[in-house]
Amino acid sequence: MVSLNKKRKVFDIMIFLLPSLFGLIVFQLIPFGYSFFLSLTDWDVLGDINFIGLTNYLNLIKSEEFWRVLWNTLYYMIIYIPGILIVSLGLASLLNKRLSGIKFYRVIFYIPVLTSWVAAALLWKWLLSPYYGPINEIVNLFGMNGPSWLYDKNWAMPGIVLASIWKDMGFFGLIFLSALKSINPTYYEAAKIDGASNINKFFNITLPLISPTMLFVIIISIINSFQLFPQVMIMTEGGPHGSTEVMVERIYKYAFDYYKMGYASAFSWILFVFILITTIIQLKLQKKWVHYES
Amino acid sequence: MNHKRKALSKKIFFYLMISVLSFFILLPFFWMVSTSLKESKALTSIPIQWIPENVTTEAYVTLFNVFPFARSIFNSVFIAFAGTFISVLSAAMAAFVFAKIEFRGREILFGFFLATMMIPGNLVMIPNYLILRSLNLIDTYTGVLLPGFFNAFGTFLLRQNMKSLSDSYIEAAFMDGASRLRIFFRIVLPLVKPALTTVTVLIFMGNWNAYLWPLIVLTSKEKMTLTVGLSLLNGQHGTDYNMLMAGAIISIIPMIIVYGLAQKHIEGGLSVGGLK
Repeated sequence: MVSLNKKRKVFDIMIFLLPSLFGLIVFQLIPFGYSFFLSLTDWDVLGDINFIGLTNYLNLIKSEEFWRVLWNTLYYMIIYIPGILIVSLGLASLLNKRLSGIKFYRVIFYIPVLTSWVAAALLWKWLLSPYYGPINEIVNLFGMNGPSWLYDKNWAMPGIVLASIWKDMGFFGLIFLSALKSINPTYYEAAKIDGASNINKFFNITLPLISPTMLFVIIISIINSFQLFPQVMIMTEGGPHGSTEVMVERIYKYAFDYYKMGYASAFSWILFVFILITTIIQLKLQKKWVHYES
Repeated sequence: MNHKRKALSKKIFFYLMISVLSFFILLPFFWMVSTSLKESKALTSIPIQWIPENVTTEAYVTLFNVFPFARSIFNSVFIAFAGTFISVLSAAMAAFVFAKIEFRGREILFGFFLATMMIPGNLVMIPNYLILRSLNLIDTYTGVLLPGFFNAFGTFLLRQNMKSLSDSYIEAAFMDGASRLRIFFRIVLPLVKPALTTVTVLIFMGNWNAYLWPLIVLTSKEKMTLTVGLSLLNGQHGTDYNMLMAGAIISIIPMIIVYGLAQKHIEGGLSVGGLK
């Protein structure tokens, strides 16, 4: 009886895990190894597979394009991260107020999050149209001349950042909102009795207490920035003059337009290492830098 | 009196700020709807027409004529439903084992599941494409759906929930001779319904809005989902914005409905999962 039960248990476990294990092994683990193997070859789908060692990696690092792509990603992060932090934290503190109709506003800010990136990117490409778009129409109202946005190599990336902030602020806003809601109100009451100003309260109570959330949002933003794709693909296709070329867009082009599977795989491994380093930094910082309420 | 006035001006300030932000959010949507109702020649009028002079549904009609758009809608619906079903069922089954059936090495295996969340989709997409190619599954629904069998996020969230269920329900049913399969479907799944709804809706939205993977796998117009079809239209009719906006609106509406119906469950479910 016992052994029958045991057999039955092992069988059940296998059945329950089978679908996940199938997906895990065939579409995660094997590809993981396969991808690294490909990155060491010159395979172009049609020809033979030749092992070429680290040549792809060396060629990548030596190419001007690689450094341009890195700079573009960094440029995106430099504008996007401070922007999204300010806007979504600001939004969260507004939504945290007890005002009537606040639920209605919460819904509004979530609509862009529900929108697919393809739809959102099409929309923003059109919004940023230099002559026929409403953004420059509004800029012109203030007596300024709006830039050519996606047609100007200095303004294309800021245009993409604008679209990204519009799309993401509702998501990060809600995350900050739940962090703000979890702060014990007695801290603020005590500060009020001590006569602290609002700015004082923000820097000495709010900011330290939401620092874990802040770190989370920054790390997620960095990881997402490394993987920037649909915006670029739809809005600029990497242009003008390569000013919005980014890693995933390059990987896609090399793999599925030029069929340079080896080179594209090497590129994706470098991307993976960046993401890995970011995650390790997060784990380290979480221990040191962030203040947890005991 | 002074105090009251201060509170009032504060209130006005907050409403002003939130209205400015709402304007930034809503103006693009307004522009999207307005554009979709314009005739083609109104697109390039200067000054721009905030409200179309001649309202027409011409763009919606053209959209269905130049592209098998009705088919794209069907493809998106099918792939989103089938993909969600596969991922949720598979994740729930694995979660049941990780939460309620003990065996040696279980925690290690679960840790392994979680660790794979670190592997970015961009890293495995090239090999996955090649695997599908060797199985002759390029440009098929099956090809798009297969990787969905593994969903670490869903497994994690459901496992956290199932762990909190009392073992006594399960043991009692087991004593009565119920099989594990029966226990899973009849007892465990109904008890984790809030989390199950959350996971289902989140995965559904992810599937509906997915872009890169279907873009790689689906190559013929008849198989394309809405996102892939729209990006192809962007390449071929890149300046017909009335048509593109009409397509974008059609792709967004189902998500707003799904989210509207499920919003309460999602917020509840996430807090149950300890994610908030």
